[in-house]
Amino acid sequence: MSETIKKFLYVNRKAPYGTIYALESLEVVLIGAAFDQDVSLAFVDDGVFQIAKGQKTTDIGMKNFSPTYSALGDYEVTKIYVEKESLEERGLTPDNLLHLTYEDEDDDYAEKDSIRFVSRAELSDIMDQQDVVLSF
Amino acid sequence: MAMLHTVNKSPSERNTLDSCLNHAKDGSSVLLFEDGIYAVVRGSAAAGRLKEASGISLYALGPDLKARGIGDDQLVEGVTVVDYDGFVDLVTRHENVQSWL
Repeated sequence: MSETIKKFLYVNRKAPYGTIYALESLEVVLIGAAFDQDVSLAFVDDGVFQIAKGQKTTDIGMKNFSPTYSALGDYEVTKIYVEKESLEERGLTPDNLLHLTYEDEDDDYAEKDSIRFVSRAELSDIMDQQDVVLSF
Repeated sequence: MAMLHTVNKSPSERNTLDSCLNHAKDGSSVLLFEDGIYAVVRGSAAAGRLKEASGISLYALGPDLKARGIGDDQLVEGVTVVDYDGFVDLVTRHENVQSWL
């Protein structure tokens, strides 16, 4: 049987610390990255809070897992879609988010932005193009 | 002495905050914590609803703001940030506590 590469989209819709979904999604993404598939992430609704910059969790006694998003580029997860409407509804701007990058091996390892800001309509097209959509 | 209402759910995922605000009487207090703190982000849809609830005193738990990367410069006007001791003080200063879950 020939190995076929499928398009996987992980849809993140939950805020980071109130439930375990965000952390579990990140774990699954990192495990899945080992299988050489075409992986994308989407941050929608409260999911946009997962990649807010400046998270400091010492006072709530939980692990701050936000630095791990910066490692996604090293796992060749280079397409991270953030829905513009979700940001706006929550009073956030791109400046409030982590700066996520990857090194493009096809372009002399130039550092490029992983985050692509898309509209709700654009994201629905992206969802439509996937082979597998996993929602957290 | 009035009621202290606490809300720990995100205003964009649950209707907990709306229900709380619909029932909270003037002179009462609302303390937002855990994912509830997202309501005090200036410019958010929920912040607009808080503005209409002018008769209540509004508090947010600092450690939860900090954990979630919400800075002091992102907060709506009129919210008082408290720490865990402040949470306890609020509980003792009010006649009763209603936890909206």
